[in-house]
Amino acid sequence: MANSMARSFLQVAATEEVASPLRVVQIEGLVILKIIKHCKEFSPALVTGQLLGLDVGSVLEVTNCFPFPIREEDEEIEADGANYQLEMMRCLREVNVDNNTVGWYQSTILGSYQTVELIETFMNYQENIRRCVCIIYDPSRSNQGVLALKALKLSDSFMELYRANSFTGEKLREKNLSWVDIFEEIPIKVANSALISAFMTELESDTPVTQCDYDRLQLSTTPYMERNMEFLIECMDDLSMEQQKFQFYYRSLSRQQAQQQAWLQKRRSENMARKAVGEEPLPEEDPSNPIFKPIPEPSRLESFLITNQIANYCNQINGVAGQSFNRLYLMKSLHDK
Amino acid sequence: MAASKHTVLQFNAPSTASLSAKVHPLVILNICDCYVRRPDQAERVIGTLLGSVLPDGTVDVCNSYAVPHTESSEQVALDIEYHHNMLVSHQKVNPKEVIVGWYSTGLGVKGGSALIHDFYSREVPNPVHLTVDTGFRNGEGTIKAYVSVNLALGDLQLAAQFQKIPLDLRMLEAERLGLDILKTTAVDKLPNDLEGMEVTMERLLALIDDVYKYVDDVVEGRVAADNSIGRFIADTVASLPKLSPPAFDKLVNDSLQDQLLLLYLSSIIRTQLGLAEKLNTAADQIL
Repeated sequence: MANSMARSFLQVAATEEVASPLRVVQIEGLVILKIIKHCKEFSPALVTGQLLGLDVGSVLEVTNCFPFPIREEDEEIEADGANYQLEMMRCLREVNVDNNTVGWYQSTILGSYQTVELIETFMNYQENIRRCVCIIYDPSRSNQGVLALKALKLSDSFMELYRANSFTGEKLREKNLSWVDIFEEIPIKVANSALISAFMTELESDTPVTQCDYDRLQLSTTPYMERNMEFLIECMDDLSMEQQKFQFYYRSLSRQQAQQQAWLQKRRSENMARKAVGEEPLPEEDPSNPIFKPIPEPSRLESFLITNQIANYCNQINGVAGQSFNRLYLMKSLHDK
Repeated sequence: MAASKHTVLQFNAPSTASLSAKVHPLVILNICDCYVRRPDQAERVIGTLLGSVLPDGTVDVCNSYAVPHTESSEQVALDIEYHHNMLVSHQKVNPKEVIVGWYSTGLGVKGGSALIHDFYSREVPNPVHLTVDTGFRNGEGTIKAYVSVNLALGDLQLAAQFQKIPLDLRMLEAERLGLDILKTTAVDKLPNDLEGMEVTMERLLALIDDVYKYVDDVVEGRVAADNSIGRFIADTVASLPKLSPPAFDKLVNDSLQDQLLLLYLSSIIRTQLGLAEKLNTAADQIL
């Protein structure tokens, strides 16, 4: 007699909640300013900090953040760091700030942030929090007049693979995973309370041109491009080293297979000889023979990360080159007038 | 002033007559945020200002945090332990930030503020008191800074007068970038390189148009000529480098070619990456 529309309580409890995919990260202006200030103060050193906020539907709201002190490599400072975090969270709770960790932020230089540590930190966070995001800020690009803020997340398929710790070619082909799929970039939206925007409109300076316009119109980009190219070249070197590792692996694999074939042939001929004499044939496989030991396949993780890095540099170069084109044409037309 | 039998009301002027304060917009945002999040029964928010004192005497306010307090008509109680804890935590990150004063929301200085100011002056010699009017009572959000000046009658301390000091809102270049975004309540996405470029060029165009119109007006006699502006304009036009057209063209073309070279290089690298990846993952099938 149960209504087919209504589900029993048991059924509802049994169906797992499907998390809606994260589509947008909504950051408050306050957080952006804090991140900018913190990263700028300590540049060129790299700094990190914690993000606090709320997880609402398909939007991840980041409402506050606090910076981490720079940690030296010391055992006892580890406990200190955890204490600092707890203390900050407790204090912020008292002033009604959402003390719900939703991720962390870090600064980077010229976009070179794809390292194994990043992935490891992600995995650590993911164990405790269902959805976390990492915000990358690049203070060196603000000299170009660009607000280089990115929100990253590891893609789910990559995380599964990482947990299984297997990056062999087959698995990757199965999942159809390529280096583009490791990190997912999530669009950022900025939201502000009405009070803040009222104040900001008030405080806005009256000059029609701001400093960032001067930065953008600057003609010389050579130092920035040079550094970008340097990093790019280093990465290419790393990539070619990884390629060589693969080559070595494949060569040894094929050599091993050839050896196996040769051995097998020998065994078979031996067996034929034995049969002729009437003795027991020897088994065709011999696991104790070192030729049959499978060679471990090198992990592809490093090469993926490096590839990502290189792609990033290329993107940056493209962006800056586009800007330079604009500037040069502008100069040209101004001069012609 | 010779000491005489008459008791004279003395104003002890602050030691640096040119004391002024510079405030980063982050502090204002922080204060607004704390105000929005305040517990329901509190009317205003009180907190500590962190920063540094520059060598010429100006106070540079970089950061702030709210301190829970209870206020009634007679007395004010501040959570001192919380204040110390937050201070210690903040100093772990940035040891150079010290207490430079305190803030409260609401227009004007209230009676209880003197007590709080007293407390803060025990921590730091000359604290700055910042008021941020979140109620917009004057039709605008007024932000004022005060230092306390002691009014003494002979040897007796009569009262402390809050004297206004000039306030300057300062920001870093990077923050200025962010400020554009902050002005509206919501922005759908952060501008990327080319869009920002577009905005800048539009602004430049507007500027040039303005100057053009001004010069036109002056020539036609509609606006009185201002010599200093005229000189500025002449200087700007003269600062364009005097290159002959072919030399200039060569310069521009060279730069263009450099950029094109870099673009080409990056495209090649991307193709290489694509190839390498195909080879890596497909290699198993070759064997």
